[in-house]
Amino acid sequence: MSTPPNLLDIRTLSLAVAGLGRRVVNDVSLSVAPGEIVGIVGESGSGKTLVARTVMGLTPPAIRRIAGSIVFEGRDLSSVPAEELRSLRGARIGMVFQEPMTSLNPSMTIGRQLDEGLALHRALDAAARRRLILDMLTRVGIRDPEHAFEAYPHQFSGGMRQRMMLASVMLLEPALLIADEPTTALDAVVQREVIELMVELTRARGTAVLMISHDLAMVARYTGRIIVMREGEIVEQGRTEDLLRCPQHPYTRKLLAAMPHRLPARPRPASAPVVEVRQLVVDYPGRQRLFRREPGKRALHGIDLAVRPREVVGVVGGSGSGKTTLGRCIAGLLKPSGGEILFNGRPIHRSDAGWKAYRLNCQMVFQDPYSSLDPRMTIGELVGEALRLVPGMSAAEKASRVRDVLAEVGLGEAFATRYPHELSGGQRQRVAIARAVVRRPSFVIADEPVSALDVTVRAQVLELFAELQSRHGFSCLFISHDLGVVEQVADRVVVMQHGRIVEAGDRDSLFDRPQHPYTRLLLSAIPALETTAEGGVRLKWRFDDAPLA
Amino acid sequence: MLRFALTRILMAVPTLLIVAVSVFALIRLIPGDPAALMLGDLADPANLAELRRKLGLDQSLAAQFGIWFGHMLTGDLGTSITSGQPVAGLVLAKFWISARVVLAAVLLASLVAVPAGMIAAWRQNSLTDLALVGTATLLLSIPTFWLGLLMLLLFGLKLGWLPVIGYVGFAEDAGRALLYMIMPVATLFLHEIGVLLRMARASTLEVARLDYITHARAKGLRESTVLWRHAFKNAFGPTWTLIGIVLGNLLGGIAVVETVFTIPGLGRLLVDSIFARDYPVIQGCMLFVAAVYVLVNLIVDLCYPVFDPRVTAE
Amino acid sequence: MKLPAPNALLGSVIVGGLIIAAAVGAVWTPYDPLAIDFKARLAAPGAAHWLGTDEFGRDVLSRLMAGATTSAWISLLTVISAIVAGTAIGVFTGYVRGWADRAIMACNDALLAFPGILLALGLLAVVGANPYGIILALGLAYTPSVTRIVRGTVLGLREKEFIEASRVLGNSESYTMWRHILPNCVAPLTVLATSMFGWVLLAESALSFLGLGVPPPAPTWGNMLSAARPFLEQAAWLGIFPGLCISLTLLGINLLGDAVRDRLDPRMRGI
Repeated sequence: MSTPPNLLDIRTLSLAVAGLGRRVVNDVSLSVAPGEIVGIVGESGSGKTLVARTVMGLTPPAIRRIAGSIVFEGRDLSSVPAEELRSLRGARIGMVFQEPMTSLNPSMTIGRQLDEGLALHRALDAAARRRLILDMLTRVGIRDPEHAFEAYPHQFSGGMRQRMMLASVMLLEPALLIADEPTTALDAVVQREVIELMVELTRARGTAVLMISHDLAMVARYTGRIIVMREGEIVEQGRTEDLLRCPQHPYTRKLLAAMPHRLPARPRPASAPVVEVRQLVVDYPGRQRLFRREPGKRALHGIDLAVRPREVVGVVGGSGSGKTTLGRCIAGLLKPSGGEILFNGRPIHRSDAGWKAYRLNCQMVFQDPYSSLDPRMTIGELVGEALRLVPGMSAAEKASRVRDVLAEVGLGEAFATRYPHELSGGQRQRVAIARAVVRRPSFVIADEPVSALDVTVRAQVLELFAELQSRHGFSCLFISHDLGVVEQVADRVVVMQHGRIVEAGDRDSLFDRPQHPYTRLLLSAIPALETTAEGGVRLKWRFDDAPLA
Repeated sequence: MLRFALTRILMAVPTLLIVAVSVFALIRLIPGDPAALMLGDLADPANLAELRRKLGLDQSLAAQFGIWFGHMLTGDLGTSITSGQPVAGLVLAKFWISARVVLAAVLLASLVAVPAGMIAAWRQNSLTDLALVGTATLLLSIPTFWLGLLMLLLFGLKLGWLPVIGYVGFAEDAGRALLYMIMPVATLFLHEIGVLLRMARASTLEVARLDYITHARAKGLRESTVLWRHAFKNAFGPTWTLIGIVLGNLLGGIAVVETVFTIPGLGRLLVDSIFARDYPVIQGCMLFVAAVYVLVNLIVDLCYPVFDPRVTAE
Repeated sequence: MKLPAPNALLGSVIVGGLIIAAAVGAVWTPYDPLAIDFKARLAAPGAAHWLGTDEFGRDVLSRLMAGATTSAWISLLTVISAIVAGTAIGVFTGYVRGWADRAIMACNDALLAFPGILLALGLLAVVGANPYGIILALGLAYTPSVTRIVRGTVLGLREKEFIEASRVLGNSESYTMWRHILPNCVAPLTVLATSMFGWVLLAESALSFLGLGVPPPAPTWGNMLSAARPFLEQAAWLGIFPGLCISLTLLGINLLGDAVRDRLDPRMRGI
């Protein structure tokens, strides 16, 4: 019996940090067959990126290989001379990076950057190369390739740049494409466009793909085989279907369980809204230039929204949809240009007597736990600061309240004297939540509170948030680009596009019977989960046929 | 691109205006009659009255500034108290003497320091890097006036290779003029190597960790191609800005080197005028150097898009 | 515990040595730095006078120590005044924004259009060459760069979510500025102050060298070098030791500055 030889064989690879001797990749073996699409899934620190970069010979200088071999097309890359390794790079193995904003050289035209690899690896004259490049730019969906050829990267959006990056790599028709989080930095809808373009291009040319991502659902959708890594080791690998249906390793089960899933709908009493927004308009003024004022931009076009007691309202939309502006405006960080915000039925203005009560009762959890905590304050001070303006509370009461809330968010008293930089991302976000709820507010705005977190940590933080919400009964405006997360936490959902609400409704009806095409498009990017008997899941893709914008 | 250039040029105008106001105000801060200050102690009363009228001292301060500013625009910076010469001509003549030395030193230092700094960054933490950065830090720490004195001591007095004192203009004898320029230029050159090398290294390090450098390597390009084609242009921007600042700073601080090597340049003129309380010349020197500095930085800014096309999009 | 970086170690040793020399020089020197002794005129370094004597027979070592004291306190006061003034203006304009910010920054940028030492020279022409004149002139000359850097830091901090978090808590603008903005400016200011100490010391020496600094007979390293020029051929040590002192001090400060910057603010590397 003969199996076709593998394109790439990584055997017992171990990497360590030079000097410290700490192993960051331990005994990793994997293979990729020609034309196969394989996914590596893992959270930060799993070593997935290092493994991929080692294949290219592009590890950071501090990383040393201490064991193992990498065999590509029958040649052991560790014994190949540097000159030969370079001739493989680009020509036989291509790589797409995560950050489209920094992966193209800002001071070189797109044309030159694409031409460089061709000129190096192909014996073609300039005119032939130019033809190939223009052809490829057209294939990846650049509308005016002639113009793009002469243009600089900063003239294009992130999605366009990632297409150009893809064009640059696929031009050389490599046998293996390594895609390191290729769409993580992009909007959900653009994400799907780019990834489908990548799959289409590689299938057409029989290029094998090693797709590295933290997003299990995305990898599962496009790969035949999945490798799960954790802390530098492979914990499980297998055919995608099997791995999802009956995961063997507890960590894989944990990853699957961490995928957002719908909870039973909660009963919601009909009562007067806590916070209500009427015809809210926000204009960003244009910048004053030397001779003229740039035209302003209307970020919100008359938004109506009501949040009732104990209710979680999810706001979803792509970037530029105005969802963050809405949150900041309700939080009082932005002045609306028109319309009104009502708290307990009374309009709120900065000069009003009611403003102070609103300020005490409306709190916010921010997106980035690395930026939302003052690095110069201890955790105790950070949480305690929220009680500074609460009237009639003694110092002892405040201290005990801080202790209680730290225990509630699962950190405990020992954390009170630590500084934010000593904490992990998940722990920081717990602090941010503690700061928001310590005053017992009646309304909390959460702006992408979990989008900066690893998958399993995200699940824990969401669970904590739901628990606190049901215990203290605050209402919540939950803003997210991730429909999966919103499906899990929200009672009611509002979909925004271009500063307008395009659809709103109960979670179940909106997710199961979306009316607006934009909602359908957003939903097509996330799977619905069905639990299998073996403790795994089956992914169901909704509106797979939804046309891409 | 045109708008970018126009904006930058127009942005320099208010700066120049405030520069003029501050130079004007500086001299008016000195207690006493400005006309008496400007003519010196032994002024003839008739001349004093004449100057008072010319400066408009009986009018408001704003009007006085207007008169002064008007004179300045026509190139009239007043007359020197000590020599009686027009300040504008004096400053301009001395400027060329100083500018020659400064330009030569900065040009040579950039040619050496920029590549050296980039190589140091490319081999970060290697022995080469350590040696280059160590040398740069050492050179940076030696003040130019001491370095100049040491050179005088070694090459002038002990070895007798180079002339010690004096100055020869290019018009008189180009060969000897060059000989006299060697030590001052070498002094500034060595000092600025330290400044520019460290900057070139730092900005290359910033660029070296960006994805597009890894992407360039992933295309299979040679290390040298990655360094010079991809890293150089992007890393040179900050160093280019610094070169403009260094030019201005050297021109402002040229007095010490001119003192060491007895060069009759702009710096020496300024210091001598301070000693002589020759206020019109002090004003003229400061105004002129600041204007040159603004102009140099403007030119540097206008060239910046060559290294980073993103700035024109702002 | 990690070992300190070699540059930090060497820098601290040199700067520590300077501080000790300056402190000792304030209360005791081997000879009176001003005592003239024509019998020991231009004596070469030896047992009696370790670093020799100058043209008036004054002990060079004593004068160097006294000069260290003078330079150290002048530089320290200058740095402190520039940092305090620059921080106050920078925090204010960076946080308040609006027309006040624009007006102040326009003036600040215009002052930056004077190369630092030129502005100091111009101011010295007005205030006169004495220690307080130097502090005033150099302090004013360096304040605009502090303002610029502090304002940049403040503008960067304003974008951070923890500033918005403070607003959402209902804190006043002045409280936010005092409790959140200012403490986060400390790290970049420490980096700046360290390098600035070097710039100011160099500028002070240069002014003294030009005869515009502390007037003789009080010794500073700069005016000692200046006085040494006519005697270089007979008494090279007069030109060597003061310059060596300045260079060593600057080297120590530069090394220490790099180490401080690497520790506190990796983004400012190399400026």
